[in-house]
Amino acid sequence: MTISRREFMKWASAGAGVTTLSGCATGSSGSAGRVAVVGGGYGGATAAKFVKMWAPDIDVTLIETNDYFVSCPISNLVLGGNAQMNQITFSYDGLRNRGIRVLKDTAIALDGVNKHVTLASGGSVPYDRVIVSPGVDFLFDQIPSLNTLDAQSRILHAWKAGPQTVALRKQLESMRDGGVYALQIPMAPYRCPPGPYERVCQVADYFKKAKPKSKILVLDSNPDLVSKKGLFLSAWNGLYKGMIEYRPNSEIADVDVKGMTLKLQFDDVKADVINVVPAQRAADFAVRSGLITANNRWCGVDWTTCESTAVKGVHVLGDSTLSAPAMPKSGSMANQHAKVCAAAVVALIKGQPVNTDAMMMNTCYSFVSGDSAMHVASVHRYDPAQKTLSPVKGSGGVSNEASAAEGAYAWGWARNIWAEALA
Amino acid sequence: MMRTTMLFAVGLAGCLLAHAATADDPTYARSLAATCFTCHGTDGRSVEGVPPSLAGQNRDYLLKQLQEFRDGKRPATIMHQHAKGYTDEQLALIAGYFAAVTPGRAAAAPAVR
Repeated sequence: MTISRREFMKWASAGAGVTTLSGCATGSSGSAGRVAVVGGGYGGATAAKFVKMWAPDIDVTLIETNDYFVSCPISNLVLGGNAQMNQITFSYDGLRNRGIRVLKDTAIALDGVNKHVTLASGGSVPYDRVIVSPGVDFLFDQIPSLNTLDAQSRILHAWKAGPQTVALRKQLESMRDGGVYALQIPMAPYRCPPGPYERVCQVADYFKKAKPKSKILVLDSNPDLVSKKGLFLSAWNGLYKGMIEYRPNSEIADVDVKGMTLKLQFDDVKADVINVVPAQRAADFAVRSGLITANNRWCGVDWTTCESTAVKGVHVLGDSTLSAPAMPKSGSMANQHAKVCAAAVVALIKGQPVNTDAMMMNTCYSFVSGDSAMHVASVHRYDPAQKTLSPVKGSGGVSNEASAAEGAYAWGWARNIWAEALA
Repeated sequence: MMRTTMLFAVGLAGCLLAHAATADDPTYARSLAATCFTCHGTDGRSVEGVPPSLAGQNRDYLLKQLQEFRDGKRPATIMHQHAKGYTDEQLALIAGYFAAVTPGRAAAAPAVR
């Protein structure tokens, strides 16, 4: 027995009509509804664009603290001197031109009962549905001496692209030839699993050209490289032979900022440039809005809609979510979350059926030098039995080897994912 | 009693819809194709043509390429790994979606002036 979609819609239209009417009643005049988006990164900017593109009659307001979008992907190339900040910095004018209201303001928290987002400026943004893509904040409290702004200005993370990227590049440029750059990596999960190892390649590429006596010390909290191990080790043992020392199980206890010493569980390590990537959790906005559901760190969602499992009418995207199995915290994934979410939000506001067969795809390129890159890829499909996205068996994988051809594809990926979010 | 029967019937049809909301639902094909936009550009319009634009390509040609990537008949850096993630029906819907889009190149993300 089958019922065609058209028959079903006709047959169920009496019930659906009620939803549509109430949807209209809550919107402003002439609009199908109001969507607020918190955070203009890979998740939020993309979601704002696609809600507006797929439903021009929905009012969309994007709330973002910064004037500009600065991309984390490609920012490691800035550290290596292989890209410039102006290549990874973009305006929100493309979204404004699409009719999206872009508010430069800081969202403080949301009120899920009265349905509005409160702003640092004192105002608030009412919504019928809200999309939250706040990214991550750092667990500085796990590293006692890093709890002051002064310490944080000297021991950099550069794990949010922007002023920290510029500052770390300056520290690397100022370092003497023969110095040591130490990178401390947090326990997974963290934003961008291959990112630290790509950073090591980029700094090594710079040292090889500019300061060939210098060394890189990789202090990884994890028991082994978290991502693309074979491909990174191939670069480290080939292109950068003798420059990189890798120490697994090297969790940080504290840092002596004045003495430029990393205090590990069983060892002290001195370096000329210390780069600590602290452990992360969903950003403060998610904490204040009651969206954290797992380990005091991440936001649980229904992966067919990205709707929060904690607060109805609230959708959460990107790095702040409790990742589905084998799903990395990446810009690619945030982009894919955004489109599944946008389709669901449009359907829910218009009283249309929601697609329950969600598919997402991940593509992460890493540059091992100025022009050579390699990738990891995966495809994920919603599994109703497990109630989560699962990797499709037989799909995905990594590059055979890094190549200039993939370097060109990596830049193509970047140009297109930036346009997806902002053009 | 009438009311209870109606509610039950609506619930049942809702379950059927979850599976039927595929081939004849245009937003399903759009959502599948949207997974490709990340690299190939919104609606398959690539900013600088690398990787190639898919918008307006011939449906049968696109489907054949996807199948050959999946089956390892066409060499690839990444596409064989992606194509294996989709069923035949899904690949056909993706090819059909891009074939119906007007060809063109997307604008780049706006630089800061």
